[in-house]
Amino acid sequence: MLYREAGDFKTTYREDSQTFPIRLDRTAYFLILAVAALFVPFVINDYWLNAVLLPFLIYAIAAMGLNILTGYCGQVSLGTGAFMAVGAYACYKLMTAFPDINIAIHIVLSGFITAGVGMLFGLPSLRIKGFYLAVATLAAQFFLVWLFNRVPWFYNYSASGQINAPERTLAGFRITGPETQAWAVYLFCLVFVVASAWICRNLTRGAMGRKWMAIRDMDIAAEIIGVNPLRAKLSAFGVSSFFVGISGALFFSVYLGAVEVGEAFGINKSFLVLFMVIIGGLGSILGSFLGAAFMVLLPVLLKNVLVGGLGWPTDLAAHLEYMIVGGLIIFFLIVEPHGLAQLWRITKEKLRLWPFPH
Amino acid sequence: MKKTLTTLALGATLAAGPALAELTFPSLSYRTGPYAANGIPFADGYADYFAMLNERDGGIGGERINMIECETGYNTEKGVECYEATKGEGALVYQPLSTGITYQLIPRVSADGIPMHTLGYGRTSASNGEVFPWVFNYPATYWDGASVAIKYLLDENGGDLSGKKIALVYHNSAYGKEPIRTLTELSEEHGFELLELPVDHPGQEQKSQWLQIRRERPDNVIMWGWGVMNQVAIQEAVNIRYPMDQFIGIWWSGSENDVRPAGEGADGYKALNFHAVGSDFELYDDLEEYVWSKGNAAGAGDQHGTVLYNRGLYAAMIAAEGARKAQEIHGTSDITPAMMRDGLEQLEMTEESMAELGLAGFGPTFSASCENHGGSGRAAINQWNANEGKWEVLTDYIQSDQELIARLVQEDSMAYAEENNIELACQ
Repeated sequence: MLYREAGDFKTTYREDSQTFPIRLDRTAYFLILAVAALFVPFVINDYWLNAVLLPFLIYAIAAMGLNILTGYCGQVSLGTGAFMAVGAYACYKLMTAFPDINIAIHIVLSGFITAGVGMLFGLPSLRIKGFYLAVATLAAQFFLVWLFNRVPWFYNYSASGQINAPERTLAGFRITGPETQAWAVYLFCLVFVVASAWICRNLTRGAMGRKWMAIRDMDIAAEIIGVNPLRAKLSAFGVSSFFVGISGALFFSVYLGAVEVGEAFGINKSFLVLFMVIIGGLGSILGSFLGAAFMVLLPVLLKNVLVGGLGWPTDLAAHLEYMIVGGLIIFFLIVEPHGLAQLWRITKEKLRLWPFPH
Repeated sequence: MKKTLTTLALGATLAAGPALAELTFPSLSYRTGPYAANGIPFADGYADYFAMLNERDGGIGGERINMIECETGYNTEKGVECYEATKGEGALVYQPLSTGITYQLIPRVSADGIPMHTLGYGRTSASNGEVFPWVFNYPATYWDGASVAIKYLLDENGGDLSGKKIALVYHNSAYGKEPIRTLTELSEEHGFELLELPVDHPGQEQKSQWLQIRRERPDNVIMWGWGVMNQVAIQEAVNIRYPMDQFIGIWWSGSENDVRPAGEGADGYKALNFHAVGSDFELYDDLEEYVWSKGNAAGAGDQHGTVLYNRGLYAAMIAAEGARKAQEIHGTSDITPAMMRDGLEQLEMTEESMAELGLAGFGPTFSASCENHGGSGRAAINQWNANEGKWEVLTDYIQSDQELIARLVQEDSMAYAEENNIELACQ
C-alpha cells in the first residue's frame, strides 16, 4: 500500500537503473542522509561520537571493504585486521613525514598503500581457493602484525612501540588529536563513509562487480565467458583493501588516537569484521552497515541497559553481553543465513503486498 | 505545555543535583577476559576501600563517594567508551589499570583537564610533571622497577654482572616494552647480555620462548607479564626446571593468582612490589567491620589480603588522600577535577600519614611535586613461599638508579613535548 512500485513510472534508462528505483526508498535514503549530515552534528557529544558513531562509521567502511572481497568476489579473507593495520601505519608514517599536508589526503593515500599490500597478498588467490585461501590470508594477518611490531621504523622508534596520532587539521578544524570538536570529526568520517558506500555500490553494479560475482558464482564458467580471473581477483583484493585501509587509517587517527598493533589489529579484529559481513549479509552494501551496527551498537546498548539501567554488576553484564550477542549471532544464522540484509529484503517484499498478501 | 517543560527541567536538575555534590571516582576495571584473574582482586580492593570510607566517615570531608565501575576487558576500545561514559559524571581521577588504555587517555585527560593516576604502570616518562601535568604515576615506575631488579641482582652477585646473561620475557605491548630502554642502558653499564623474548597477547602460548631460555641458559629471567601470561610463564619455567629463585617478575607478575597454578613448583619465585603484603593492618579491621561483615564486599569477596587486592586498596587510598588534600588546599569539600589535580600534586605519603590511615608501613614514603609525578622510585623484592601459600618480603625498599632514570625520563618526555607542541608547566 505505502511501499510500492506501482505508479512510479520511469521514462529513461537512467531513471530505470538508478540505485534506488522505488520512490519511497529514495526518499528514505535522502532523509537519512539529511538527518546524518544536518541534524546529528548539532546534537552530537563526545560520548555519542566516541562510543557509538565513530566505531559504527569506521567499521561500516571496513565491512564494506571486506564485503567486496568476500561477499562479491567470494574470496574468504582473515587478514582484515592486518590490512587495517597497514592503513593505520601508512597514515601514521604519512602524518609524521608530511605534517603540512591535509589529513584527508593522507587517509586516501593510506587506502592506496593498503590496496597495494592487499593485492600482493591476494596473489595466492590465483592458485588457492576457499579454506586454503583463508589460511593464506591468515598468514598475512600474522606476518603484518609481526612486521609492525618488529621493525621500529614503522613506529618511528618510539620506546613503547605505540603509534600516536599528532594533531592535524582540515580547513582550520582539528580532526585528529585530543582537542577536536565532536561535530567536525563526525562529519569528516561521515563524508568518508558516504563516499565509500557510493563508490562501492556503483562498482558492484558495474562491469567490475559483475566480473567479481561471476568469479564468485563459478570461476571456471566465468573464465569461459571471458572474465580474466587474475584481473578480477586482484582488483577485488585491491578495492577491498583500499576501503579496509581507509577504515584502518580512520580507526587509528580519528577514533583511537593511539594504537598498539597486536591489540588493536589482531586476529580478533579480522573475525569481528568477518562476522559483521556474515551477519549483515554477504554481497550487500546495506548489509555492511547493518552488520557493523549490530556488532558495534548492540554491546554498547546492552551495557547501558544492564549496568546503567538495571544496575547489575559489570562482570555479570559483560558475560551476559557475550552470551546475548553470541546467541543472537547463532539465531540469525539459523533463521536467516543470508544476513540482516536478506531480512530487510523479505520485509520489503512483504510490504509491497501489504495489506493484501493473496 | 510550558508547565510540563518546567517540571521536566526541574526534575532533571533535581535528579542531577545530588550527583554533583558527590565525589565521583570511576573504576575502569576488568573482571572478564584473559586478564581477569589479575583485574578482579584489584577492582575488589578499589571498591571496598571507597565503600569503607562511605560507611565509616560518610565519604571524604563529608562528601559521599560515588564509584562508577565500568568494564574494559583490558581492551582499548572499551576503555575509550568507559572514559567517555564516565567523564560527564564529574570523574575526579582515572585509574585505568592498563598501560594501553593509559596511552590512549593521556592526550584525552590532558585536553579535558581530568587527572589520571597510573599506580606503577602506564607511561614512565609521564613522571615528568612539566610535560604531563595531568598524569601521575607514583610511587614507582617501570623504569624504577627495571633498575631495582638489576640492583638486586648486582647485590646477589657481589656487585658484578659482567658476562652474565639476563633474559627479559615481556608482554609484547607498550606495557612489556617499557623496561627495554632502561635495561639496555643498564646492560651497557654493567656489561651483562640482555636477551629479549616477547610474548604476544594474551600470552597463553610461550613454548618457544621457554625453549629458547632452556637453550640459552640465562643466569636470570626478568618478566614483564600480566594476566594469563604470568601463570603460563611460571608453569613453563617449572616445566623446564628453571631455578625459581633466579626468576624475577615485575610487580604485575607477582600475585597469588600467578603462582598458585604452578603449585609447589613455583616455590621461590621472586617478584617486585611497592607495597606490603598480607592483611596485618588496622585498616583491615575497619574493612571487616564496615564492609565485609555487612555483606557488601565487592566481587566474590575471596581476594582479601592478596597482593592485588592490597594494590587496589592502595590505589583507592591515594585517590582518596589526593581528594582530601585537594579539599584542604581549596577549602571546599566539593572539589573539581582541576582541584583534584592540585591535591595529587601536593600529596605526601609519610610513615605517620600511612599509620593514621591504618596502613602503617604499607608503602614507600614519597612526596609529589609539580615536576616530579613519579614518586620516590623504591620497590622491594618478595618471594613466594608455596608451602605456606604466601608472599614473603625479602628485602627493604631498594632505591632505583635515580640519575639514570631522570636522564631517560627527561629525554623521552621532552621528545613527546616537542612532538605535541606542549608548553612546559611549573615554570
